[in-house]
Amino acid sequence: MNLKNWFLSRKIIIITGAFIGIAATVLQKLGNPANMGICVACFERDIAGALGFHRAAIVQYIRPEIIGFVLGSLVAALLFKEFKPRGGSSPLIRFVLGFLAMIGSLAFLGCPWRALLRLSGGDGNALFGIAGLVAGVSIGIFFIRSGYNLGRNERTRPLASWVLSSIMVGLLLLLNFRTQLPTGAVFFSTEGPGSQYAPVLIALLIALVIGFIAQRTRFCTVAAARDVLLIKDTYLFTGVVSLVIAAWISNIVLGQFNPGFSGQPVAHTNQLWNFGGMVLAGLAFALAGGCPGRQLFLSGEGDTDAAVFVLGMIFGAGFAHNFATASSGSGPGVWGPAAVITGLIICLLIGFFMSDLSKKKKEVSV
Amino acid sequence: MAEKLDVRGLSCPLPVVKVRNKLTELKEGLLEVLVDTGTAKDNITRMANNNGWKVETKEQGEEYLLIINK
Repeated sequence: MNLKNWFLSRKIIIITGAFIGIAATVLQKLGNPANMGICVACFERDIAGALGFHRAAIVQYIRPEIIGFVLGSLVAALLFKEFKPRGGSSPLIRFVLGFLAMIGSLAFLGCPWRALLRLSGGDGNALFGIAGLVAGVSIGIFFIRSGYNLGRNERTRPLASWVLSSIMVGLLLLLNFRTQLPTGAVFFSTEGPGSQYAPVLIALLIALVIGFIAQRTRFCTVAAARDVLLIKDTYLFTGVVSLVIAAWISNIVLGQFNPGFSGQPVAHTNQLWNFGGMVLAGLAFALAGGCPGRQLFLSGEGDTDAAVFVLGMIFGAGFAHNFATASSGSGPGVWGPAAVITGLIICLLIGFFMSDLSKKKKEVSV
Repeated sequence: MAEKLDVRGLSCPLPVVKVRNKLTELKEGLLEVLVDTGTAKDNITRMANNNGWKVETKEQGEEYLLIINK
């Protein structure tokens, strides 16, 4: 078995899941917020806050984990000759899907990664989020079976594929020189989840390793559910199960396992909107082809459409806090339910009009 | 004469879905698939192997030709 295929064995996806699960709980132990050792949506939201795209003072920090995911994947893609500059597959729709995925994630208070980590930390509310995620992915599968397609991408010039990686390097510089920046240029929380973080270098190194192995193994929390339901393939699902079990054991060992529903960290108990938020997120991720982590890994390997999705998520995070759609520990935001319902309608319209459902009697080709 | 399928440029999971549909339709025989990403190559290979098809991979520059037969 050559090195390329070695990464694709069942054993390696189990190790990948376990590594991510343990890494997340260790990052929590080292300072990241509770049950939020890694959360792609929350961390992109923190970056949006640090850049002043929203002014929720408790969630502003440049998270090195996001930077490491992109750059780790970039290194793996370059080493294994999989860096392929490409784009042009309905980028604006992908931006909207990223935006809506963030609206849904922040109604639940976490992306699929955090839903799994919340569960492994004992947060029972995560069960409703995961149920919503599976429901959202299932709706996405219905559209995929109905010919849903955002169109083919095309090869592009390399510069385009370096844009998001360059932004990540820029963010790393801002983080590194944060104490020397003028007041009001970049925002860093002094209390709340944004003020809780693991040492920068350790977080960055762990994220680089995760980015590297996730690019090689194609790790994706949304495809894990999708592939089981759509093509009866359990490869990625095995990795996700491994993540939950490893994180659960690690949480017990580290004294971070607190089973229950009420009083869970950065979580609320309104199960309707825990479920509804993740239906929206699951559907948006499924229509975009992968979970938020996967979108970062794809961006690293040169997929500019995935990069546009990431920017849509960051834009969505700014919107969610500026327009009070994001939940808090006390429950959904004032406009959260309305935003989730509107988002679901938009996703259903995208699914309908980008599939054969809208042109049943016409010849369809892509 | 082998059937041919071009799934280059399609986002996941469309490459594997299109190939799976084609293999279901063929039941046996030869299918040549043109792929442009490692992920699609890996997904198609795993799905085909799981369904009893043999897959031979040929690298063609930055693309792959998958020769699938049963």
